[in-house]
Amino acid sequence: MTTRTTSLDRALAANTWFVYAFFYLPILVLVVFSFNASTRVGIWRGFSTRWYGEVLRNPEVLDALKNSLIVAALSTVAATVIGTAAALAIDRYRFRGRRGLDGILYLPIIIPDVTMAVMMLLFFARAFALIDAAGPRFQLGIGSITLSHIAFNISFVAVVVRARLGQLDGSLEEAARDLYANSWQTFRRVTLPLILPGVLGGALLALTLSLDDVVVTAFVSGPGSTTLPVYVFGLVRRGVSPAINAISTIMLVASIGLVALSLVFQRGPKASRNTEMIKETT
Amino acid sequence: MTYAVELRGVSKRFGEVVAVESLDLAIDDGEFFSLLGPSGCGKTTTLRMIAGFEYPTEGSLAIHGTEMALQPPNQRPVNTVFQSYALFPHMTIAENVGFGLLMQKVAKSEISTRVDRALDMVQLSQRKGATPDKLSGGQQQRVALARALVNEPEVLLLDEPLGALDLKLRQQMQIELKELQERVGITFVYVTHDQEEALTMSDRIGVMSDGRLLQVGDATEIYERPTSRFVADFIGDINLLPAAITGPGVVTLAGTTPVSAPSAVAGNAANWLALRPEQLHLIRHDEIVPDDRNSISGTVNNRVYFGDSYYYVVATPVGALDVRQENRPGLALHDPGTSVHVWWHPDAAAMVLE
Repeated sequence: MTTRTTSLDRALAANTWFVYAFFYLPILVLVVFSFNASTRVGIWRGFSTRWYGEVLRNPEVLDALKNSLIVAALSTVAATVIGTAAALAIDRYRFRGRRGLDGILYLPIIIPDVTMAVMMLLFFARAFALIDAAGPRFQLGIGSITLSHIAFNISFVAVVVRARLGQLDGSLEEAARDLYANSWQTFRRVTLPLILPGVLGGALLALTLSLDDVVVTAFVSGPGSTTLPVYVFGLVRRGVSPAINAISTIMLVASIGLVALSLVFQRGPKASRNTEMIKETT
Repeated sequence: MTYAVELRGVSKRFGEVVAVESLDLAIDDGEFFSLLGPSGCGKTTTLRMIAGFEYPTEGSLAIHGTEMALQPPNQRPVNTVFQSYALFPHMTIAENVGFGLLMQKVAKSEISTRVDRALDMVQLSQRKGATPDKLSGGQQQRVALARALVNEPEVLLLDEPLGALDLKLRQQMQIELKELQERVGITFVYVTHDQEEALTMSDRIGVMSDGRLLQVGDATEIYERPTSRFVADFIGDINLLPAAITGPGVVTLAGTTPVSAPSAVAGNAANWLALRPEQLHLIRHDEIVPDDRNSISGTVNNRVYFGDSYYYVVATPVGALDVRQENRPGLALHDPGTSVHVWWHPDAAAMVLE
């Protein structure tokens, strides 16, 4: 049996290839040229890993990377705890203002980064003015960046955890209570193991978003407290160097890895493995 | 004497909605008690209040004489078998069954002995290392039973536990459940909307409607002597004929047709005469009705073959009557359109108040 290939089919196939090329060629070019021996971007002079070496020896890059990791780690942990708690509260309890809270919890996901950034900057300026009046001197830096990242990450964690909670059969928790578990035991032995894939998925998503963020961070960072993406952005303004390709490639690989890991967790690996993890941590 | 479960004036309201209305109920120790009713009648809410998942808005609830109305579920000597089984998917069968004992801080070695014994009881010892998703519906159901019974509760609560099983398995589990209850001697409170389940297994049945308990009695009382139109109508098929008591031992149907009243009639307030289709006999119009039997003449409207029986709809002056004739060799069939007599023993009927 043969299928006739019409011109429409061919056009659709071509379009598909075009779309993929449009997406991935720039990334491919970036990665390839990060291994370019030439000092000039765009002229291939042979394979070399010199830019990776140069980047990893640059104290400014290392400092920015260190800041990025600190901010990412702190904001991920805080946002995961707060986001999971918020998801549980909205899913479980009927309290005054629940619907309103449910609605605005996801606002940070849809409002533009720039708006978020300006809001944060204004907030910190106002807050610092108030605190400074009382004595201590605060300024923009790692602290303000971390707080901002926590603020936008809570929403993402809450969304992922709530999706998982939505699939959870409420009678499982009742069964635990019925079988003499108190509230805490019910949470630790039944609820948490069952929503753990969502919690870990949300945490990895938060980590990725924190590591990638430029706009919000650029607004709320202070002198000498830049993160890696913001540093790269600054470099670009002074002209594109092959070193940027190398940094970008490193970040690209890290991001893809984290997102992939997040998807794996959200798909839900074997539940029993999660229990093992819980058992080990307690 | 103290009851296994005793509810006094228990009401439950969810906002404006009244789920259970001033319920009085006493369940004996060792009894298999069923709460029967359509969905939304309050039977599950009643069970959940005994379990502790809901707290009564009003009234008292005692388990073996101890007031429990406001105790959390983990502090009550009862266990529940859930409709969805609610087995923990991230634990093995043995871990599921041992969960209650673990929470009660029973020694590890004793947990393992008791879990083994409980799994033996439901014939699932070989599957103790499996996770629930590897088990069939019937097996999951048995694990849920073992998980509850291993704790030796004073009362076992069952919320439509057979609802998700197919017919054959359900009938088999009905027999197993009843045998199990007699063997362990624990009080069972069983919630179901399936009247057959309630009739076959229960020592007593409480029929609920709209948050109220309408009648409590054993299977024969509920089936043969319903006290309300709802109970008569809900349990099995029934013909309800408008009726009034018009003299000693006389009931007038539809204001026109006097017949003999059932001998058990007390008082003279009744609005309906209830007749089960299988209690009615059908003969040709030229055949003779036996002595001391009530009869009404009519015309066959319809005949339906059910395999084990024939169902007739007979039009009579007092209304349409459903008649069931057991299918056996030599049964005379009546074609639609033929004139017939429908007759019954006076005591086969029940007088029912609205």
